[in-house]
Amino acid sequence: MVDSLRLIRRRIALIERRGPLAGAGDPACWPTGHSALDWALGGGLPCGRLHELLAESGEAGSGSGFAAMLAYLLGGEWLWLSEERAWRQAGALSATGLAAIGFDPARLILALLPDATAVLRAAVDGLRCPALGGVLIELTGDPRALDLTASRRLVLAAEKSGVSAILLRLDGQAAPSAAQTRWRVTAAPSVPLAAGAPGRPAWDLELLRQRGRPAGGIWRVEWDYEQGRLRDWYERDGTALPGAVAPAAADRSAGAGTTLHHAG
Amino acid sequence: MRLTACDAAARTLGLVPGMTLTDAQARVPELAVADADPAADQQWLERIADACDRFTPLVEAEPPDGLILDMTGGLHLFGGETALIAQVEARMRRWASHVHLAMAATPEGARALARFQTVPVADEAAALRRLPVAALELEADALRDLRRAGLKTIADLADRPAAPLAARFGAALIDRLDRLLGRSDSRIVPRRTAPALVLERRFAEPIATVEAAMAVIGDLAREAAQVLAERHRGGRRFVARLYRTDGHVIELAVESGLPLRDPPRIARLFAEGVGALADPIDPGFGFDMIRLAVPRDEPLAAAQLALEGGEAREEAVAALIDRLSARVGRERVRRFVPRDSHIPEQAALALPAIDLATPASWPAPEPGEPPLRPIRLFDPPQLVEVIAGLPDGPPQRFRWRRILHEVARAEGPERIGGQWWRRAPGDPGLARDYYRVEDVRGRRFWLFRHGLYGEGARDPRWYVHGLFA
Repeated sequence: MVDSLRLIRRRIALIERRGPLAGAGDPACWPTGHSALDWALGGGLPCGRLHELLAESGEAGSGSGFAAMLAYLLGGEWLWLSEERAWRQAGALSATGLAAIGFDPARLILALLPDATAVLRAAVDGLRCPALGGVLIELTGDPRALDLTASRRLVLAAEKSGVSAILLRLDGQAAPSAAQTRWRVTAAPSVPLAAGAPGRPAWDLELLRQRGRPAGGIWRVEWDYEQGRLRDWYERDGTALPGAVAPAAADRSAGAGTTLHHAG
Repeated sequence: MRLTACDAAARTLGLVPGMTLTDAQARVPELAVADADPAADQQWLERIADACDRFTPLVEAEPPDGLILDMTGGLHLFGGETALIAQVEARMRRWASHVHLAMAATPEGARALARFQTVPVADEAAALRRLPVAALELEADALRDLRRAGLKTIADLADRPAAPLAARFGAALIDRLDRLLGRSDSRIVPRRTAPALVLERRFAEPIATVEAAMAVIGDLAREAAQVLAERHRGGRRFVARLYRTDGHVIELAVESGLPLRDPPRIARLFAEGVGALADPIDPGFGFDMIRLAVPRDEPLAAAQLALEGGEAREEAVAALIDRLSARVGRERVRRFVPRDSHIPEQAALALPAIDLATPASWPAPEPGEPPLRPIRLFDPPQLVEVIAGLPDGPPQRFRWRRILHEVARAEGPERIGGQWWRRAPGDPGLARDYYRVEDVRGRRFWLFRHGLYGEGARDPRWYVHGLFA
């Protein structure tokens, strides 16, 4: 009941194109719609923070899809900054593709920049503009410009203005950073439609790290863009399988991830 | 090989442009010859025209070696005709060794005096009358006819009634004559249109540092903001020109997505533009004039109150786009615009964001359908090696980027034909049969087969065009 109320509120806010309301210190949280995931996040995705995503460049579709979904949930107008090399390896972002998964391409301002330093500089500029909903940074590999200082700068700018930041790293290695959450995104087989056709976007999300809260947890999810929420992959006909996810208790340390076995 | 230009010494020895090189070298064995470079000449003329911008924005270049400046209404700025001519001559001497200057009431008159006058005469009308008929720049036949009829100078033509002359030599003659003598008005076609607002500062002591120049630009921006506020307009494009004492001109241009007249923001855009230049600005011996022009402006109402934050938000985003565009270039900051095309790579365009004030509207996806278009598109599509293929469907196994993918699910074909209306009749081009394909790991691809089996000499190729979310 509470979930659907939050969902309705958020959909109204998106229709009115308002960004989330950022309180001082305590960020507003946008629930994803997946109860276990929201529980692990402590209510939902906090806005005004930096979220880091790691994906392989061969699975750039999944990485971009999850990033676009996060941007959709966090709301507002987004600035998508890409390194040219990322587009050469993983393909260009397609507006029709974004529209097909429910993200309105009119909400996007795109900038293709020559190297990581230019991208990070433009990102700080974007984060200082409180009118934006967020800034999405797309980089490949492990650029030297992206070190702990750079990520702290991004986090400070984001916290001050309430603008969220998503850092999508294709073929990146996990390194110390000031991100609020760090995810690994891999493609998962989709729930098939009639005649064995591939279905909706499905991903395996692993929460590698979360600041101030326990990390760990792998969830196989499906993105339902009609309702604007993530569904558990095993959720069929609206009922979740009992015991599909074992929630981590607050006093247990990080690393209590669950692994899901699937048939076939 | 012919001569295109000769200097004065060569002319006294009897050489003229148009003579063959061998003839010329026969007459003057010690002739110094250089290759003609019309492109370099044109560039040289353009640079001089740029430098003449300090006198007036209305300059017309007449290749290969002429310039016309429209000084109407601006003589008082230079202290009168004589002072102006002295300044122009002094400037021109830096660029060229031979300068012929003349001033008249019409462009044609000035041109004729500059090119054909041999004896300086104080009075303009008298000077024009003394010119030969060649000054009218008619066709060679017409000039020959005039000479045969005994009409050798402009004075001969000016005194006769117009109607018989027009009947005998054509109306064009009378037209040109009127324009030459100032009886009818004509305007030049300037290289650049005069901007809506121009402010300038001249310095008796040239300013030597770039920081001081930027401060002056800030002052000019404040003045411009006042003028724009009076007119209820805002600028969309601002151009600052820094004139060096040696004649070189440095131009900085910045743009804004929405009409702007806030001085700190204009100054900041210029600072971003200067910071983004590949080479730092070289003041040389100093700038003796700085000009700020607003070539493009639009209506802008008096300060809008931000009632719900809606207007202010739009402006804030537009300001961010302006700053980023000034720093990295307007082409790199884009927005998506839908296009009506069935070809996937042309269904959406990414256009410079600074040109698009209102966001476009996109069609919503159909409910119940999976995404039919991939989130990432490869340009160009990437070739895949098919290991086990079927004639009527996607391959069961394919290799892409050295990884073998085993197909678990597929949907298709979606046939997207070429633009047959653009090709020769009878050649429809190859159609693409698209398949949405998922491998056992869950990676989803958009593959297509280019052409059909049995069509063409070899088996059709398969490509991956995009990756799905």
